Amino acid sequence: MRSGSPEQNYHRFYSARNDVEIAVNALLMFCSAVAILTTVGIVLSLVFEAIRFFSFINPADFFFGTVWSPKFSSTTTNDHGQYGLLPLLTGTLWVATIASLVAVPIGLMTAIYLSQYAPRNVRAVIKPIIEILAGIPTIVYGFFALVTVGPFLKGAGALVGLDISATSALTAGLVMGVMIIPFISSLSDDILNQVPLAMRDGSYGLGATQSETIRKVLLPSALPGIVGAFLLAVSRAIGETMIVVLAAGNSPVLRGTPLEPISTITVSIVNQLTGDTDFTGPQSLVAFALGLTLFIMTLLLNIAALYIVRRFREQYE
Amino acid sequence: MTNLENAQMDMLAGKVKMTQQSVNTAMNPSDALDRPIRLTARDVTVHYGAKQALHGISIDIPDRAVTSFIGPSGCGKSTFLRCINRMNDTIEGAKVGGTIKLDGEDVYDPNLDVVELRARIGMVFQKPNPFPKSIYENVAYGPRIHGLARNKADLDEIVISSLRKAGLFEEVKDRLGEAGTGLSGGQQQRLCIARAIAVGPEVILMDEPCSALDPIATAIIEELIDELRENYTIVIVTHSMQQAARVSQKTAFFHLGNLIEEGVTEDIFTNPVNKQTQDYIMGRIG
Amino acid sequence: MTDLLGTGRKAANERTQLVRAGLRRRHRNEQAFRILGIVAICCALGFVALLFTDVLRKGIPAFHQATLHLDVTYDPTLLNVDPVPERTAGQSDADFNAARLAWQRSVAMLNWNKVVEAALRTVTPAGLEIDSRQLLTIPETNARHVIREAFVANPNLLGRTRSFDLLASANVDNWVKGNIDRELGDAQQQMPAQARALVDGWVADGTITQDFAWGLFTNVDSRAAPASAGLAGAFMGSLYMMLVVIVLAVPIGVASAIYLEEFAPKSRLTDLIEVNINNLAAVPSIVFGLLGAAVFINFFHLPRSAPLVGGLVLTLMTLPTIIIATRAALQGVSPALRQAALGLGASKTQMVFHHVLPVTFPSILTATIIGVAQALGETAPLLLIGMNAFVASVPGSIVDQATALPVQIFLWQGNENRNFFEARTSAAIMVLLGLMILLNAVAIFLRTRLERRA
Ligand SMILES: Nc1ncnc2c1ncn2[C@@H]1O[C@H](COP(=O)(O)OP(=O)(O)OP(=O)(O)O)[C@@H](O)[C@H]1O
Ligand SMILES: [Mg+2]
Repeated sequence: MRSGSPEQNYHRFYSARNDVEIAVNALLMFCSAVAILTTVGIVLSLVFEAIRFFSFINPADFFFGTVWSPKFSSTTTNDHGQYGLLPLLTGTLWVATIASLVAVPIGLMTAIYLSQYAPRNVRAVIKPIIEILAGIPTIVYGFFALVTVGPFLKGAGALVGLDISATSALTAGLVMGVMIIPFISSLSDDILNQVPLAMRDGSYGLGATQSETIRKVLLPSALPGIVGAFLLAVSRAIGETMIVVLAAGNSPVLRGTPLEPISTITVSIVNQLTGDTDFTGPQSLVAFALGLTLFIMTLLLNIAALYIVRRFREQYE
Repeated sequence: MTNLENAQMDMLAGKVKMTQQSVNTAMNPSDALDRPIRLTARDVTVHYGAKQALHGISIDIPDRAVTSFIGPSGCGKSTFLRCINRMNDTIEGAKVGGTIKLDGEDVYDPNLDVVELRARIGMVFQKPNPFPKSIYENVAYGPRIHGLARNKADLDEIVISSLRKAGLFEEVKDRLGEAGTGLSGGQQQRLCIARAIAVGPEVILMDEPCSALDPIATAIIEELIDELRENYTIVIVTHSMQQAARVSQKTAFFHLGNLIEEGVTEDIFTNPVNKQTQDYIMGRIG
Repeated sequence: MTDLLGTGRKAANERTQLVRAGLRRRHRNEQAFRILGIVAICCALGFVALLFTDVLRKGIPAFHQATLHLDVTYDPTLLNVDPVPERTAGQSDADFNAARLAWQRSVAMLNWNKVVEAALRTVTPAGLEIDSRQLLTIPETNARHVIREAFVANPNLLGRTRSFDLLASANVDNWVKGNIDRELGDAQQQMPAQARALVDGWVADGTITQDFAWGLFTNVDSRAAPASAGLAGAFMGSLYMMLVVIVLAVPIGVASAIYLEEFAPKSRLTDLIEVNINNLAAVPSIVFGLLGAAVFINFFHLPRSAPLVGGLVLTLMTLPTIIIATRAALQGVSPALRQAALGLGASKTQMVFHHVLPVTFPSILTATIIGVAQALGETAPLLLIGMNAFVASVPGSIVDQATALPVQIFLWQGNENRNFFEARTSAAIMVLLGLMILLNAVAIFLRTRLERRA
């Protein structure tokens, strides 16, 4: 009864098929390793070059220094200049704060109106238009800030007797705020829609008006999610480069007011690394120490935001 | 004849009968229970878009008694309940026809503010839905928005006596500041009842208030409803015939968007006139 | 003390009065809140409108440019040059080419400015005194190259006259477009008085007209002749980078999405990859630039300023977008389809590649196009890998020096000749935005079409 050949064929067919499966699996696995490798590459290159930077400059002088004045002519003397992070950090925070002050109220009220008040067809038209703001390249915002918003603010300031610099934290922050409106509005919109209808009904059933329901029930219920959206937007603002390169004024000085030119972490990365590539002196290596700082800041913000949003979703599942 | 045609015939019969009945009740100032009438509905229809969910409902609801709505799922009980305090206003595409009167005042009168109406007609929902606030704040929410308390002492009193009336005070008096969502299901539902009572409504609508609760919590709520009956007009939707029999004095049976039969609870359960009502009570429909 | 929760008729009426008393205030607040929402939306929409109108208002004039229409005579007295070498019998290829190159060099040595000046003089009114240096500020400095190139291409022009459309200089363009205050004194003007008068005359008689600025699209960037600066080089640079992105990011992104969604066992590791991808999507773009500088250029010694490196950096940036979108699409495929395929005896690989993947094709395509559109507008990381170098030629391959459209915008906005380059930068922005809108429109079009057929 044993006729070997069909069985062998069967066997051969399936083992060939198995080989293909294994090869495909390996190939796919390799591809998904690229994402991991990218992260590893980012971390290693930032850490490695930052350590080289800290062999020139004391980390304490970097993290707590209040003066930023790198010297470019390092060949003659051993004086590398000063690399205090604080002026850049405060500049970054000024811009992020102003951006949030613009984006949070506008984005949140937009989300509220679109998700709670607007008829479906109005919402279908306006939502994509507002989302255009997130798709515009940042260089375009930067140019707009530089040639239009800056001079306008300067003129407006002069009218009321305020001395506003055309390129300043205010200019950059304002325009960056516009850029992150859709981040806040889309995420808040999603989150408001996730608050169970029962919550809304409970409030209406007690005789609350729509705005009372929104302000006193919906928003408090959605608060964790909205905070998450806010953190994501702040992380976006901190890492944004082109707007500040063009419109913040490139003046790395500790400032107590946002009306004057400032510089940010990202601006200094661009300034220190363009043109120079041999990465031998602290002048270019500092870009990696700044990049590492930036990476850690945004990473923490993102992790916090994702965590909060995930907790919020679980609460209503 | 198919079953379906049978059902349709019955429905038509039921509808004819209904109209006769409503003519009868309209002539009487008080209904079979010999109680003053608080709410009257006449020919109430509801459309959700193109779909008609209610086909001309007419019913009287007596004061200080419990009226229960029963019927198979999807027959329009909740829809009718939500007409009474105009909660259907919040649903896009819902259109309500006919008249509903509270103490002779048209609920759908454009001059009547829905905010005021809902302050007078409270509602408790199927699933306990406390706000994500403290127990105290949950109960204080209504009085606050309506400005019913002149000062903190008034508010405290309202909150405490509402919790008392809802039979929850003893259980939570030491933790009024804790989250309302941290209570057990039955406690949450009583909190929602206290929240409704705190506004001082005259009518309380309850949509399957026990369906998410275990038997013990259900028993507690049923007892509570029986107590509240002395002071409030209560309308309750329920899927449990036993519950309707236990807590209500008047019962109305809905089927496919029609009010098939209504009357004193005992009569409905012991001696239903309509065949569909019989079938439902015997567990043959739904 | 009255019973606040009294259930009698009187207590109820009192409460109703209290509720009524607050109604007006509450409805006013409701209105105010609603208006606040509308104001917020108007702000957001206003910004969109303002930005687009501003760019359009500034950019549209740059699509037309002051152009000189001149009859240029190749006067043998000015052009003292040997006849172009003919190929003699028995001459080798190398010799012939060498002779030709020598001739071209001698042509280049000639003073072509004289030819340009002579042509300008023919249309200069008799009474107007203007020295040649001033006269030569009117055409853009590349005029002589244009005239010379025409001669090299056709040596028979010697002794003849040909008409040319030559770009006027940036200053003339500004003057003609009224971007410069005509009332300013001579000291503040960019052009001397005679040149201004001459230009006005030429505008009046049609020697100077505003023609469509083809050069904006066909020319490369130029510092010596700013009026002729164009986007051709930057466009090709961007195109090469996008090719790299498409060739690398799409297969890798789709493959890793498939692995994570269909093959990977649910484990700590896949969780980690998932978290990692989500975080990668939110890493600031400039950090990818640092990665490119440190790894691709400094470690692997890939060429600076090359579209290859730019493309690699943008690939890594686009990858998370594509992975996330593809996974979402795969999750949307009904389990019934999978079971049907497996039930027919398909292996897992066959199930995924023959049945599941084709269904998700529209979503993956859309995600890809949107990812590419995003990458197209990215500037910051490119600055760190040298793509902001001045490049005066169209890159011929992905390893040639190149720049990119957004970087070109960055370079132009920094040009000292603000008056001229503000408009040109806005025009470049219009081109970039136009490309992005086109890509998004294509994505939407394809999705609706493919989904309807599916
Ligand atoms: N928002 C809505 N939009 C469209 N149709 C609806 C809506 N709400 C209810 N309906 C429909 O109206 C009919 C009556 O629904 P209703 O919720 O009143 O039934 P019910 O008797 O309360 O059922 P259940 O016992 O399941 O709660 C149903 O057919 C339902 O599908
Ligand atoms: Mg119901």
